[in-house]
Amino acid sequence: MNVNNTIDNQPKYINPYLGGVLLGLLILLTVYITGRGLGASGAVKSAVVTTSNTIAPSATKANNYMSQFVSDDRSPMYTWLVFETLGVLVGGLLSGLLFGRVKKFRTDHGPNITSRKRLIWAVIGGALFGLGSQFGRGCTSGAALSGTATFALGGVIVMFSIFGTGYIIAYFFRKLWI
Amino acid sequence: MGPLIPNGIIGGGWDFVIALLIGIAFGFILEASGFSSSRNLAGVFYGYNFLVLRVFFTALIVAMVGIMYFDYLGWLDLSKIFILPTYLGPMIVGGVIMGFGFILGGYCPGTSFTGLAIGKLDALFFTIGLYLGILVFSLAFPLFEDFYSSGSLGNITLTELTGIPASYFALAFTVVALAAFWGTMLIEKRVRKNMKQYKF
Repeated sequence: MNVNNTIDNQPKYINPYLGGVLLGLLILLTVYITGRGLGASGAVKSAVVTTSNTIAPSATKANNYMSQFVSDDRSPMYTWLVFETLGVLVGGLLSGLLFGRVKKFRTDHGPNITSRKRLIWAVIGGALFGLGSQFGRGCTSGAALSGTATFALGGVIVMFSIFGTGYIIAYFFRKLWI
Repeated sequence: MGPLIPNGIIGGGWDFVIALLIGIAFGFILEASGFSSSRNLAGVFYGYNFLVLRVFFTALIVAMVGIMYFDYLGWLDLSKIFILPTYLGPMIVGGVIMGFGFILGGYCPGTSFTGLAIGKLDALFFTIGLYLGILVFSLAFPLFEDFYSSGSLGNITLTELTGIPASYFALAFTVVALAAFWGTMLIEKRVRKNMKQYKF
């Protein structure tokens, strides 16, 4: 069988070990300055609480989960992680511009599924990740990476459950990616 | 002595400026490393691209060893840094659900933001999914409120759990990471040889 091994349009990425060292130093700096690590899912939670609090303030205050994040003097958007996440969008855009990866809207998908299917799975996957991150007290950034870096037991548990599950179930969903 | 903001060395008013700057650096590093592509990320589970493992483990051991040195040099008061609280059952279940989310969705939250920033529609849809998932969690919270707060072990570290010093864990993670870098390099070569195409 004649197999074509070309890697199409391989974009210029920085060396992954360099990326890792920079990311590790950034976590160190963040802990040194703020006493906490990085995060991501928290900003989406703030967005959910803000929408809910705008549409139905009394129901939001009656909800035992969302009420923790509502205060009378400030919008729930006024949190560290919301500002950090705005930064992530800006930083991602800057890198994309610098390395020539900012193009018109497009969808990455495996060779055996259509873009449309990929987008449906992306919503489902995102919803599961969002739901799981609330039980996990954080996602890959906040719990698995920053948590483990500060030697927190919870961080290690979340890291192994995410990646362990990924490896166990990858085979069954291989049509999505390979 | 750090941490600077909790110790009042940098005023709280700078909090959000610093958050924005740290976020910019975070997003830049993720995107520049290739985390804005779901195919790159999913590669770690199928053996064709171990980018995630390389960046994640390198970052982890650099941060761990760095924190150890900052403590040793007296630059950082470890008693003042935030330790993620542990909720045994909920965190295992949460991690399993997130594992499904990762395979099905191809991103995790931070990486989807960088994909979104450079125009990936799958990242946009993943982010919409995140919002929906957290909304469903919040609305349905009364159903699993008891489970959510079960299994609490407090803000416990590996050292407090086992009595083994943190530096031993940093060393163990470093050794495992180096072995994984080498092993996955061999796996990746073999898998890529058999792939028909790999488009980023």
